[in-house]
Amino acid sequence: MEIVCPAGTPAALRAAVKAGAHTIYCGFADETNARNFPGLNFDREEMREGIAFAHQHGSKVLIAINTFPRAGSEAIWHRAVSDAESCGADAVILADIGLLDYAARNHPGLRRHLSVQAAAANADVVNFYASEFGVKRVVLPRVLSVPEIAAINADTEVETEVFVFGGLCVMAEGRCSLSSYATGRSPNMNGVCSPASHVEYHDEGGVLDAKLGGYTIHRVGKEESAPYPTLCKGCFTAGGKEGHLFEDPVSLNAEKLIPQLDKAGVTALKIEGRQRSRSYVAQVVKNFRAAVDALDAGLPMPEGMLARLSEGGAMTTGAYKKTWR
Amino acid sequence: MTQPALSIPQLPPLAARALRRLPLTPLSFSLTAYARRIAKHHPGLFRRLGEFDHTRFVIDPTDLPFVIEMQPNGGQPKIKVVRGSGQGEARIAGPLAGLLGLVHGAYDGDALFFSRDLVIEGDTSAALALRNAIDDAELDLSAEVAQISGPLAAPLQKALSFIENRTGVSLSRQDELEVW
Ligand code: SF4
Repeated sequence: MEIVCPAGTPAALRAAVKAGAHTIYCGFADETNARNFPGLNFDREEMREGIAFAHQHGSKVLIAINTFPRAGSEAIWHRAVSDAESCGADAVILADIGLLDYAARNHPGLRRHLSVQAAAANADVVNFYASEFGVKRVVLPRVLSVPEIAAINADTEVETEVFVFGGLCVMAEGRCSLSSYATGRSPNMNGVCSPASHVEYHDEGGVLDAKLGGYTIHRVGKEESAPYPTLCKGCFTAGGKEGHLFEDPVSLNAEKLIPQLDKAGVTALKIEGRQRSRSYVAQVVKNFRAAVDALDAGLPMPEGMLARLSEGGAMTTGAYKKTWR
Repeated sequence: MTQPALSIPQLPPLAARALRRLPLTPLSFSLTAYARRIAKHHPGLFRRLGEFDHTRFVIDPTDLPFVIEMQPNGGQPKIKVVRGSGQGEARIAGPLAGLLGLVHGAYDGDALFFSRDLVIEGDTSAALALRNAIDDAELDLSAEVAQISGPLAAPLQKALSFIENRTGVSLSRQDELEVW
């Protein structure tokens, strides 16, 4: 199986390559990229150099151009696709149907993957993207169980890629506008969910308030992990009860499900975390590479040691094993 | 849901007390000169700060008796060491060993933050931009010191790596695959 690893900076890209990543995904430092965070991402020159470095070491690079173009400003997104091709990218990861059409017509030689932001969650829609826009791989949303993924793979020739580790976006991706309500900015339009520009922390006597756009999303005591105030993972009061209304602030870790995902016909395993440090990326990549190498060699999965790296320290297998639906 | 604690070495209180007598003006001058040298070798670090390259940061090593006010100043950094809480738009506080470990890639910023070994206050975007820019720069503070130490470079590096081994404080760039 192929592991697809995040890189928010050129240093993280090199660390991922050295740690054994088959493929790295990254993005340009602008709104074309759904991880448009301060201090992250690549200018054109850095992208060219990063891709050359990866290719020298036998790794591939995918460029995520996975936000939805604003009417009247399409040129920014079109330029990103054309620059991705001239930088030597192995594929672009796109979400917007108009941009897919543009890329298919104007850059037919550039391989196209469908971003998780497009929320393609059944074989019919996956096959539609393949037949209309030549999409070769689809990143499946994190709302599917393993049998559902197997069912999709049984009905399509398109490669599938699934998230196995990192932060968890719990909604049907590309459909969530929660962040807009508190900040006016959302992943789909601006490449940021619950952006740092609207985040404030107040620590009083060890009690930490995490606020987003002026709203308190979380309050934790001295002994608890610090939360990032992502709206869907907030602690709210509703109907007289206090709790995590949408989802607990946990991190996805499906490393134990790798053999099942392999049986389900998945081509590639994706690791979330373009905002994480180069040492984090190296550690996670090293672990997942060891796991897929063990799988290929018919050996048992190595025991995980990734808990410390996760948000809040708590892990979940997400929807892969969920039974609530 | 408590984060497993990272074991970050703390400066012994005796050493911290000794540092109280340190004259801060010469220290500020030397650190400014040192930071400008780093700026010359790593211009990308300041480019990466983008709109925050004139933000005033307060770096607060919580086990030291002073804080560091740092202004990137568009690539001409200024550093002032002050007692008290310092003034700036963004504050990053944590044990000195944690802050040095971040610079050298020994720790992950998010992991330190979740475990509350690192505290961010004020402009969160600016703090994240600084963290990301520093992570990308792959700095090696020991190597930078050695380069300005002339004939003392070799014994100095030996001494620093001895201290590093004895205390567990990361004083030089770490191989990403070896840490943790
Ligand atoms: S609020 Fe949560 S579900 Fe919505 S986009 Fe952000 S992370 Fe995803």
